[in-house]
Amino acid sequence: MSAITPDNLKDAVVRALTSIAPEINPAMIQPGVSFREQLDLDSVDFLNFVLALHDALDVDIPEADYPKLTSLDSAVAYLAAASRSS
Amino acid sequence: MPSLGADMEAGTLVEWLKHPGDVIKRGDIIAIVDTQKGAIEIEVFEDGLIEHVIVQPGQQVPVGTVLARIRGEREPVVSVVPETRAPLPTPAAVVARAPAVAIAAQPPGPARPEPRRRLRVSPIARKVAADLSVDLAQVHGTGPQGAITRGDVERAAAALKAAAPAAVAAVPPPAPAPAARAAAMRTAIAAAMARAKREIPHYYLSTTIDMHAALEWLRAENERRPMPERLLAIVLLIKAVGLALRVVPELNGHWVDGAFRPGAGMHVGCAISLRGGGLVAPAIHDVDRKDLGTLMREMRDLVNRARAGSLKSSELSDPTITVTNLGEQGVEATFGIIYPPQVALVGFGTVRERPWAVHGRVEPRRLMTATLSADHRASDGHRGGLLLAAIDRLLQTPEQL
Repeated sequence: MSAITPDNLKDAVVRALTSIAPEINPAMIQPGVSFREQLDLDSVDFLNFVLALHDALDVDIPEADYPKLTSLDSAVAYLAAASRSS
Repeated sequence: MPSLGADMEAGTLVEWLKHPGDVIKRGDIIAIVDTQKGAIEIEVFEDGLIEHVIVQPGQQVPVGTVLARIRGEREPVVSVVPETRAPLPTPAAVVARAPAVAIAAQPPGPARPEPRRRLRVSPIARKVAADLSVDLAQVHGTGPQGAITRGDVERAAAALKAAAPAAVAAVPPPAPAPAARAAAMRTAIAAAMARAKREIPHYYLSTTIDMHAALEWLRAENERRPMPERLLAIVLLIKAVGLALRVVPELNGHWVDGAFRPGAGMHVGCAISLRGGGLVAPAIHDVDRKDLGTLMREMRDLVNRARAGSLKSSELSDPTITVTNLGEQGVEATFGIIYPPQVALVGFGTVRERPWAVHGRVEPRRLMTATLSADHRASDGHRGGLLLAAIDRLLQTPEQL
C-alpha cells in the first residue's frame, strides 16, 4: 500500500461515504460535524461505511471504536493512528 | 403484471431477460418491471418454457395483465395450446396461465431476433397478415388450438397502427426522474395507507422490553466476529418476531375476501426508508428458520438493493407481517399502520437508558418500547399481547435466537 497521508485517508473516507450514499456532495461535508447529523445515515449505512473503510484500507476496526468514526475529522484521525500502530 | 404490494396499480415492462423458446426454472428472473418502487426483477414460480411474450418493453399495463405465456413442464409440446388453464392461486402470480387476451404488436423499431416456433395460421389470416405487414410471430392466436385467425391479425394490425405514432416506444423509456418517482411512490403509499385505515380495524398494544441481555450478548458476539460478519441489534429483533409468530400464527398472514389466510412462512417485511423520501417494506423470507448471520447478510443486501432500486418481485409480494424500526431517529414508540392485506405490524422504538426495577432494586437499564398494530378482524388483543410477551421472552435469551 502506498504511503498513508491525512489527505489520502480523507479521500478514502469520502469515497466510502459516497459509495453508500451517492447523493452526498463531498464539498458540502462539514469535517467536524457527525455524519448522522448532516447526512441521512442509518445503522445499515454506517455499517456499510465501516466495511467500505475496512476493504479500502485493510484495517480491522473493533466495534467498540465505531463511535470514533462518526465525523470526517475523527475518522481520519482514528485511521491515521490505526495505520501507524499496525 | 404481478401485484407488488397493495399500493401498486400498474407497471412498465422494461426488459425481457428470457425469450420465447427459453426453458425456465422456478425462481428464474424473467423480466424487469419498472414501478414506483424502482426496477423490480420478476421471478417465475414454475418450471416450463416461454411460449411467447405478450407485453413488449416500454408498455405500461395494469396489475393482472398477462405478460407472457409459459408452457408448464408436463404440458403437451409443439404448437398445441391447452384450451383452458387454471389461474395461479396467488394474486402475485407473475405469469397468468389463463388464455391470453391481449394482442401485442411489435413496436416499430429493430426487430428482436426470436427462436422460430411453429404457428397455426389459417390461409386467409396468412394472406391478410402479408397485406397488412403484420409479423405473425407477434400475433396471439385465439382460434382452435391457438391458431391465428383473420380477426387476430386484424386486431394486431390495429394495435400496431395505434402504437405507431409513439415511435419512441421502440426503446424502453428512460427511468423516471427521481422527483417523479418520489411523487408516484407518495401517491401509492397514500392509497395503501388510506385503504388500511378505511378497512382495517386496528388495535394497538405496547410493552417495554429490557434490552440489557440482548445488547450485552451482541457486544460480546461482535467482539469475536470478523468485521464483515458483525450483527446489528435489529437482526435480533427481526428474528425474535419470526420465532414469536410461531406462538401466535394468526398474526402472520393476510386478510383476503373476508377471511384470514395464514402465511406460507414467516416472511418479515422490513420497512426501509429511501433516500429522498418514500418507503418500501420488502420481505426477508423464513426468518424463523435462519441464523442471525444469514439474516444480517440478507437484511444488508435488502436495504442496499431497496435503495438502489433493484428488488425482486417475491420480496415485495410475499411479506406476511411488517417490522418497522424508527428507533434510530430517537423515536420512543411507533404505532404503525398495517400494510394491507397483512394483519399485523410490529414497531420498535429507540433503546434508551432509564431507571428500571430489577430484582427489587432500581438500576439504570437500556429499555426499548415494542408495539403491535393488529387487525381486530384476524386476532384479539389477548393474542396480540402474547406476541409481544413472546418477543420479550426471546430477547432475554439472545444466545438461543
